[in-house]
Amino acid sequence: MNIAKIKEDFLILERKIHNGKRLVYLDSAATSQKPRSIVQAIDNYYNQNNANVHRGIHILAEEATQMYELARKKIAGFVEVKDPSQLIFTRNTTESINLIARTWGWKFLNEGDVILTTEMEHHSNIVPWFSLAEQKKLSVKFIRITNEGKLDLNHYQSLLKLNPKLVAFAHMSNVLGTINPAKEIIELAHKTGAITVIDGAQSVPHLSVSIDDLDADFYAFSAHKMCGPTGIGILFGKKDLLEKMPPFLGGGDMIKKVTFNGFTTNSIPYKFEAGTPAIAQAIGFGAAVDYLSSIGMEKIFAHEKALVSYAMELLSDIPGLKIIGPSAKDRGGVISFVLDQIHPHDIAQILDESGIAVRAGHHCAMPLHEKLHLAASTRASLYLYNTKDDIDELKKGLLHVRKVFE
Amino acid sequence: MDDLYREIIIDHYKNPHHKGRLDISDLSFEDENPLCGDHLQIELRVDENQNVMDAKFDGHGCAISISAADLLIDSIIGKSVEDIKKLEKQDVLDLLGIKLSPVRLKCALLSLKVLKAAVYELQEVNDDI
Repeated sequence: MNIAKIKEDFLILERKIHNGKRLVYLDSAATSQKPRSIVQAIDNYYNQNNANVHRGIHILAEEATQMYELARKKIAGFVEVKDPSQLIFTRNTTESINLIARTWGWKFLNEGDVILTTEMEHHSNIVPWFSLAEQKKLSVKFIRITNEGKLDLNHYQSLLKLNPKLVAFAHMSNVLGTINPAKEIIELAHKTGAITVIDGAQSVPHLSVSIDDLDADFYAFSAHKMCGPTGIGILFGKKDLLEKMPPFLGGGDMIKKVTFNGFTTNSIPYKFEAGTPAIAQAIGFGAAVDYLSSIGMEKIFAHEKALVSYAMELLSDIPGLKIIGPSAKDRGGVISFVLDQIHPHDIAQILDESGIAVRAGHHCAMPLHEKLHLAASTRASLYLYNTKDDIDELKKGLLHVRKVFE
Repeated sequence: MDDLYREIIIDHYKNPHHKGRLDISDLSFEDENPLCGDHLQIELRVDENQNVMDAKFDGHGCAISISAADLLIDSIIGKSVEDIKKLEKQDVLDLLGIKLSPVRLKCALLSLKVLKAAVYELQEVNDDI
């Protein structure tokens, strides 16, 4: 993998900030940067093909529809889903999970039912279940994490004895970087008859994911963390589940027929795609998976694994720095840490002055921080365009932070 | 470089003049900024003319929020409760002497928010100081 060449694809990385400093972007877990081919694809669509999809009887509408549906097919291929009609375009991972809660959850869960999620979840895989639980009197239980920051599978096994109806978990933690054994978790859930919801926001951008092989019931991810545009994400659902679910939003495109007495729903995936969708973004999403495929997900993952090992070794030399989560072998390219008693906002602000972009706060995982007895942490996250130089800069920056607060 | 972290701010953060609790207080309020994990309590002792005789803050937060709290308390001792009611955002920013992004503005203004709630004897407070 030729990183120098890859970096050239990302114009933003050439930008100088704060009086000529090189941009060291270590915040890809929040959102990735975008290569020029994605920007170009969106630009071309608006300049050449722009029209509304699915209804128009003119050449532009035909082209736009074709491009929109081709993007769905490309994404299905990328995450190894045989039948693209099982992919619903949503706004993002959050909306995908909310869609499940408000359709499948609303119809099929009843008072007293148990939902399992984990202590390492992003708020988007906790709050929708709490909301649903409140309305339908369900109970939400959390699978514990070990001291090392991995899922406690023994605790999971014991919670499965409660016969949960649904097991929701992140394929990869956005704070700890932990990669969870998704296949094993899904298999165990299926043995007790639970359906599974996997938050793939951090996994699909970085690992080779085969949704069919995992046998996931629902799987959600966002374009913007994988070189694509914001405003578009995917909900995968197994066909039989999607067909049994009530529609989400009502309006155009999601109906087969509307009369003065009512309506019938369209077939999947359109049943869940009410209104004009994010067409340009879907096309950009398709271009993003083309881009990632052209490099190869195995190579991207290997690159990040090597970098994360390098970073963990290098940063562990900094006095007072403590990395949260498992060893490099069990994690993807995410490193959250605390440094002495220095507030993460101060760390991030001082790093920013050196041109280094990291994230500070609870990273939308307040319960996890509560479990770790931390108010906040600082997170550096990696992607295909990061280099050892970036990690060296981070170390230099952190040593400078210590000096400021000495 | 590191304008935000100029000496005065680091100094008040590391060695605050008014951190702690008062033995007796007439007015107090505490609040937090859950997004940052910052927590701040301010206690005031006022005399019969409603002038601040002593004040202290306690809690934890980033350098900006702690130094702002310390500088703010420095500036109000001896002032009247009515004077405190007239304080504005800009007064705190002048004390800090730095420019802040909207996100960090919340850190800087937490102490003013808590102080105002204390002098108005409020039970709770919103972001519009």
